[in-house]
Amino acid sequence: MGWKRGAHIAIGGVMGLVLSACGGGGGGTSGGGGNLNIAFLPKQVNNPYFDVAASGGQEAAAELKGQFKQVGPSEATGAAQIPFIQTLTQQNVSAIVVSADDPNAIAPALKQAMQKGIKVVGYDSSPAPDARKVFINQADSKDIGEIEVQMVCDEIPGCAGEIAILSATSTATNQNAWIDFMKQALASNSKYSGLKLVKVAYGNDDPQTSTTEAQGLLQAYPNLKGIISPTTVGISAAAQVLEQTGKAGKVQLTGLGTPNLMRKFVKDGTCKQFALWNVKDLGYLAYYTAALMVQGKIKGQSGDKFHAGRLGDYTIGSDGVVLLGPPFVFKADNIDQLNF
Amino acid sequence: MDRTVEAQFAPRLAGRIGLERTLALVARLRELGILVALAVIVVVVGVQAPRFLSVSNFEQILLSVSLIAIVAVGQTSVVLTRNVDLSVGSVVGLVAFVTGDLLKEHVLGVPGAILAGCALGLGLGALNGLIITVGRVPAIVATLGTLYVYRGLDFLIAGGKQVSAIDLPNSYLRIASSSVIGIPTLIVFAAVTAAIAAYLLRYSGTGRELYAIGSNPTAAELVGIPAQRLVFGAFVICGLLAGVAGVLWGSRFGTVNAFAAGGLELQVIAAVVVGGVNIFGGSGTVLGAVLGAALLGTIENALRILHLSQFWLQAIDGAVILLAVGTDAAIRSYFQRILMRTGRR
Amino acid sequence: MITQLSALRTRVLARWETLLVLLLIVFIWLGSSLSPYFLSGSNFSDLTSNLMEKAIMALPLALIIIAGEIDLSVESMLGLASALLGLTYAIGWSLWLGIPLVLAVGALGGLLNGLLVTWARLPSLVVTLGTLALFRGLASVVLGPQSVSGWPAAFTNFGFGDVPGTLIPWPFVVFAVLAGAFTFVLHRTWIGRQLYAIGKNKEAARYAGIRVARAKTLLFVLSGVLSALAGVVLTARFSSARADNGQGFVLDVVTAVLLGGVNIFGGEGTIVGVVLAVFVIGVLRNGLTLADVSPDTQSVAVGALLIISVAGPTAVRRIRSAWSNRRLTQAADSS
Repeated sequence: MGWKRGAHIAIGGVMGLVLSACGGGGGGTSGGGGNLNIAFLPKQVNNPYFDVAASGGQEAAAELKGQFKQVGPSEATGAAQIPFIQTLTQQNVSAIVVSADDPNAIAPALKQAMQKGIKVVGYDSSPAPDARKVFINQADSKDIGEIEVQMVCDEIPGCAGEIAILSATSTATNQNAWIDFMKQALASNSKYSGLKLVKVAYGNDDPQTSTTEAQGLLQAYPNLKGIISPTTVGISAAAQVLEQTGKAGKVQLTGLGTPNLMRKFVKDGTCKQFALWNVKDLGYLAYYTAALMVQGKIKGQSGDKFHAGRLGDYTIGSDGVVLLGPPFVFKADNIDQLNF
Repeated sequence: MDRTVEAQFAPRLAGRIGLERTLALVARLRELGILVALAVIVVVVGVQAPRFLSVSNFEQILLSVSLIAIVAVGQTSVVLTRNVDLSVGSVVGLVAFVTGDLLKEHVLGVPGAILAGCALGLGLGALNGLIITVGRVPAIVATLGTLYVYRGLDFLIAGGKQVSAIDLPNSYLRIASSSVIGIPTLIVFAAVTAAIAAYLLRYSGTGRELYAIGSNPTAAELVGIPAQRLVFGAFVICGLLAGVAGVLWGSRFGTVNAFAAGGLELQVIAAVVVGGVNIFGGSGTVLGAVLGAALLGTIENALRILHLSQFWLQAIDGAVILLAVGTDAAIRSYFQRILMRTGRR
Repeated sequence: MITQLSALRTRVLARWETLLVLLLIVFIWLGSSLSPYFLSGSNFSDLTSNLMEKAIMALPLALIIIAGEIDLSVESMLGLASALLGLTYAIGWSLWLGIPLVLAVGALGGLLNGLLVTWARLPSLVVTLGTLALFRGLASVVLGPQSVSGWPAAFTNFGFGDVPGTLIPWPFVVFAVLAGAFTFVLHRTWIGRQLYAIGKNKEAARYAGIRVARAKTLLFVLSGVLSALAGVVLTARFSSARADNGQGFVLDVVTAVLLGGVNIFGGEGTIVGVVLAVFVIGVLRNGLTLADVSPDTQSVAVGALLIISVAGPTAVRRIRSAWSNRRLTQAADSS
């Protein structure tokens, strides 16, 4: 059995050598100075919403003569994002721009990245506040929540009846923030007293799950009058389900989506209106902010003012939050204006 | 399960009332059991929520079950030979994406894309079969490997994109939402597939040989059954049916990404097991597998109608699987006791 | 001289474990050529810490497969443990209470598996398929879609941090101790010999007086406890308890065990092999990740590796026996 002991020692030796090679290529120089190597880490890849944001990031990269790349998991979970953060840390990028599936799960990895000098900027969905410097919020969460309730109220005859929410993942920071504001608006505003929220379903930003959940809502609540889906994948899945089951027009649909995916449904009335913001601008602004931080032009603290290329001047608000702007409502008469 | 004991006594019982009639008897009992369970659920839930008993609701159940049923038919033929195909989920996903992509990029028309999808499924199944028969790799290992490989290929081909419903021609999308004499096309497909497979398995020589291979491989070889070729064929069929399901998947959901049908293999195997197909081969019917799929689908629907939390679904599925296998074992040991009594002379 | 050389060949060179070591070296070389960031202490530290939960679960699974059974429910017990730990913590219990409770639940779950396999005589593939769903479902019932965070720093440092002064992740220490214990028991004690015997021929083992049912049940209990432990480690590493933690792990764990040389039909395999295989897969995945190959595409490599690892030796054996047959017939003909 001597060879086995030898094997043990060999493995142990290799591992020990390698693991105790502290410093090595690991610590090294932190990403800083003029080198702009910025990576986007969305909730998931293969998601049209994040692809549009990435195009904005690429536009900013071109203007600033920096580098851009996007990596991410195919499953929208915090667990899946961690290895990517670690890899980017190993690769010594100058900044990570991240949209969090789970604000807490990725916090330790992000903090490690920050310790190495990598700037961390949140966009779309914020990681835990102490795991990022700045968060680019697409619009005020309260505004987003309220406008969605407003839209569904507009569309449902008499603004009364059962409504349901088809969300993304249950842990996504932005989803939960918007849903909370929606519930608040429903509870506090008398205009919505006829609306009753019966269920929040989770489609996990997966087309199949979203389809199944949408179908489930229709089955479980035959008197459902409206569905709010604050996620691109969810709203397009719900629209399809409504058309396939012939319920389009009887159950109103609204939420957040991209014009290209929703154009057909808006024109045939399945979804009369929905909201979003300029997603490309979101990516553009996120890149710009990260770049300025890498270059040391801003520190990322409340009150910092900066100029973000073609978008103009911004100020960092409390908690390191930067607001892109107000949400934008798409209807049949303006949906052809934007192409993304 | 004590295969050695069974192998000893099966010929004895076969001597008394014929092997086929024995298998048929057990199979009928089992299918009856599922029907009874279904009936109980329908009655209990129907009383609480009459909406459950509507035609449109049953249609919903059958629709959601139809795709799994098609794959389960293929899986049954593999499991009967004492093998398993864990890669079916990846095959469905890969075929769904490729079919949709072919249509999106206007490489092929709808009929061409459908044929291509089915051919892809067939090819993937054949590859499984080759690895298992020629490579002599145990099925569970081989298909675990191809589960990874086919899914990885799916991501390579998809390259981060997805196929959206708006990219697809209406004629393709309508396959899943259309009806034939009032019954949705998907349900008809599944029913026809199951019927053909059931007939072939029961009444054709090849079908009986599949059963023989599973229940006693050594005896089957001695009798001259070309086991390797038949097992290969079973995997080809399984792949083909998974391919068909993949084509229909794309039609049903419209939007397909590289993650489609992930985890489907466990649902299919669960349906097959609940349907009374012995995981060690040699017994079980297509009808049972389809009923198993229907039972699990009905439970899911019942939970929704009753507004019960979806989170109970998986736990209930697990309990149903354990219950089903336990029942099978109980039935089998009951028969064994009979055999041992009658065998003692 | 020749006998010594051929003995060397069978004992070292022809062993599966040697092949794995070679594979490991090849993949390390591959990783370093694909990316300049690969060969660093901190990278190895990262890749190791990402592996540890799966590695911990692979140890009892190896024993179970050697004994001729299988346990697919490991990842769901991990999830159930994580969810339960989260629940107890959220309602105010101390971790000193929560963790032992969770380990006890792991033991109970394993006991369920064990009894269904040994007492009810059900096939373990199907039983653990059922408990794969059952435990995951229970996890969902316990915690719903929520996640629990806000853990004490000591806990999260254990999961995510390294032993001070080194780059060795704390969970690796746990794993190393367990691996050492398993190696000792399997290869040096009568318990291990019994397990091999059971795996090779269950009936013969029983006639030889081995309490097969008891051994198998204990193995499943062990698997349950260690899966729960892996759940605790994962929760610490993610600082987040969720019902879906660990989803999808079981395939990697089974692959690691099989790649490690454990025969799926039982009776063969070593812990050293399994440990090596765990790292082979980890290093391969890490090297490809650093080269920006997506994890799902990496699956092609892992799946192919699994198939080749089983098909390869079989092919070699068949070629060798065909070769020696030829030589025998040639010898017979020429005499």
